[in-house]
Amino acid sequence: MERTTIDLWVGIFVALGFAALLGLAMKVGNLTTSSIGQTYLVTANFENIGGLKPRAPVKSAGVVVGRVSEIVFDPKTYEAVVSLNIDTRYNFPKDTFANIYTAGLLGEQYIGLEAGGDEVNLKNGDKISQTQDAVVLEKLISQFLYSKATESDDKPGKTAATSTESGVDALDASPLDKIGK
Amino acid sequence: MVLHKLKRMLSKLGAGCINKIWRLGAGGRLFWLTLISSGESFRRFRLTIREVYFTGVLSLIIILVSAFFVGMVLALQGYHTLQKYGSSEAIGVLVALALVRELGPVVTALLFAGRAGTAITAEIGLMKATEQLSAMEMMAVSPIARVIAPRFWAGVIAMPVLATLFSMVGILGGYLVAVPLIGVDAGAFWSQMQANVDWEYDILNGVFKSVVFGVACTMIALFEGYDAPPTAEGVSRATTRTVVTSSLAVLGLDFILTSFMIAV
Amino acid sequence: MANAIVEIQDLSFGYKGRLLHKGINMTFPKGKVVAIMGGSGSGKTTLLRLIGGQLKPTKGQVQVGGEVVHQQDREGIYRLRRKMGMLFQHGALFTDLSVFENVAFPMREHTNLPESMIRDLVLLKLNAVGLRGAHALMPTELSGGMARRVALARAIALDPSIIMYDEPFAGLDPISMAVICDLIRSLNDALGATSIIVTHDVEETFQFADYVYFVADGVVAAEGTPDDLRNSELPFVHQFVHGEKDGPVPFHYAAPEYHASLLRGAR
Repeated sequence: MERTTIDLWVGIFVALGFAALLGLAMKVGNLTTSSIGQTYLVTANFENIGGLKPRAPVKSAGVVVGRVSEIVFDPKTYEAVVSLNIDTRYNFPKDTFANIYTAGLLGEQYIGLEAGGDEVNLKNGDKISQTQDAVVLEKLISQFLYSKATESDDKPGKTAATSTESGVDALDASPLDKIGK
Repeated sequence: MVLHKLKRMLSKLGAGCINKIWRLGAGGRLFWLTLISSGESFRRFRLTIREVYFTGVLSLIIILVSAFFVGMVLALQGYHTLQKYGSSEAIGVLVALALVRELGPVVTALLFAGRAGTAITAEIGLMKATEQLSAMEMMAVSPIARVIAPRFWAGVIAMPVLATLFSMVGILGGYLVAVPLIGVDAGAFWSQMQANVDWEYDILNGVFKSVVFGVACTMIALFEGYDAPPTAEGVSRATTRTVVTSSLAVLGLDFILTSFMIAV
Repeated sequence: MANAIVEIQDLSFGYKGRLLHKGINMTFPKGKVVAIMGGSGSGKTTLLRLIGGQLKPTKGQVQVGGEVVHQQDREGIYRLRRKMGMLFQHGALFTDLSVFENVAFPMREHTNLPESMIRDLVLLKLNAVGLRGAHALMPTELSGGMARRVALARAIALDPSIIMYDEPFAGLDPISMAVICDLIRSLNDALGATSIIVTHDVEETFQFADYVYFVADGVVAAEGTPDDLRNSELPFVHQFVHGEKDGPVPFHYAAPEYHASLLRGAR
């Protein structure tokens, strides 16, 4: 084998490697989508963050606008302090609402921002005061059962069959809304 | 009599353990010597390029073909399970994450140990058996700088390249099964993948793993060759040991690295 | 001898307590061809490795050009080795390099000569061993005798002042053997070098060696010019030179009495 041929092959080999890495970056990974350039930091306190993890997306109207950078426990207030990196291209009013949502029934958790009406925008280091905790499945079920129990106390005349029927209705009518209140 | 046998077994076990520890130390010493005599591998980069050809380019075919099949099997198996939960679009994520995080680096390293590692061990062992290394010593040329170090760096360069190619080709194989064959939506396949595969956390960590495996596999192959008894039998045993030791080292290191990466 | 280039003084060497050499003294004068002879396993090759600094003596010392080999650091040993050329038993050519590249190897490693000069020098060395026409071949394409000659060309590539030969005749046909004999003598005289030959081929060696050492049981058993040794009365030398199967070196490995073993059932 000529030396020059070897050089050529090794050159092709390494070039292929870089091409594959580029392919992984562009086509497979989220380098392009997650390339949030400049960000500003805001914090939000939650009583319960459920399964939220660092690097979870922050979405508004379903669009990713930032990522969770850090989650710490505040031993004074007994709350979780979540830091959010938000893209400087997006500005949110001061009274923006932060919720912890779950993608699908069992999917990953993310933070949803709902813009308020304030004229002053959030800036670096600000704190979002209005938050809503993650939905914990066990809590949800126990509350549902509790509400069923009080319901059947209110209407003692109902039969067992209709009681299960109304149970199905209650499930259909999105229990999430009920707990929010 | 039984006691005597037991005693002999125990002493054999002890001798085996001591031998292993001795070899570990000798391997570590060779690693250190290789690192400090690496200057020449970069000053005369041609030496290293030559070895990249033998370890990397010649391993390309087996790596690419295996990757293609592994990707296809992953897609088939993944689809079979995912469709039970009605989330067959997640197949892209499954294939990509499995390949980029685990199978790419690990399977590449195992194949590398079998293809390039054995070749390195046999070559070095034979060079030793035919006194080529001694001859080099007598010509005032350090075999570690001239023979061991270029092969070491070639392995360290070739492994991540091969692993990255493995992942990419595996994903293409998975795509071929999932999209044209099974009929998963192509858009969902790619977009789910992109949403859930992280550049730093998944891809770069995978590349880092393969660099570590490259160091381990190449060093083990070189040490086994360098340490082989200079006979035909000695070299053939050393070749077998290269595959066994490299495979165990790769799987063990994989566990350690993964646990660090997930913890961070 | 005043102008000794290599001197071995009271040298002892052994592995794991078993001594292979027990106080050896040898002198290798400049410009001479000196042979070290002895039976298989008498540690002749080990002597060459001690001279080359690949092994450290247990006791005593080896001096090369007035410097004690085992007291040198790595740099010093490499500096001494640049004055030495060694022909290994089976040539030890680099199997992944062509004949040309094998001979060019020491030049490329130790000099910064331009490519055209390396080419001229390599062809010159190959011509000296009669293999200029074979420069493009790979070592696997050579016969044993040719490989040995290429290795010799490589050993003299940097014009060493000491050339060491480890069993240069082993496994060669009579013609190749005669060629190597001739080369050893003529190269030695042409380069003004000192040759040290380790061998057990009596006839060939006696034809061209200036001085011969016999090694047996870890000591120098006899020494002298080939003529002296041919007429030697020492029983060991007589047995070795004339190739008698029994003598001071017994045919049988040490064993209990044969008759008794048979009766007992040999173990």
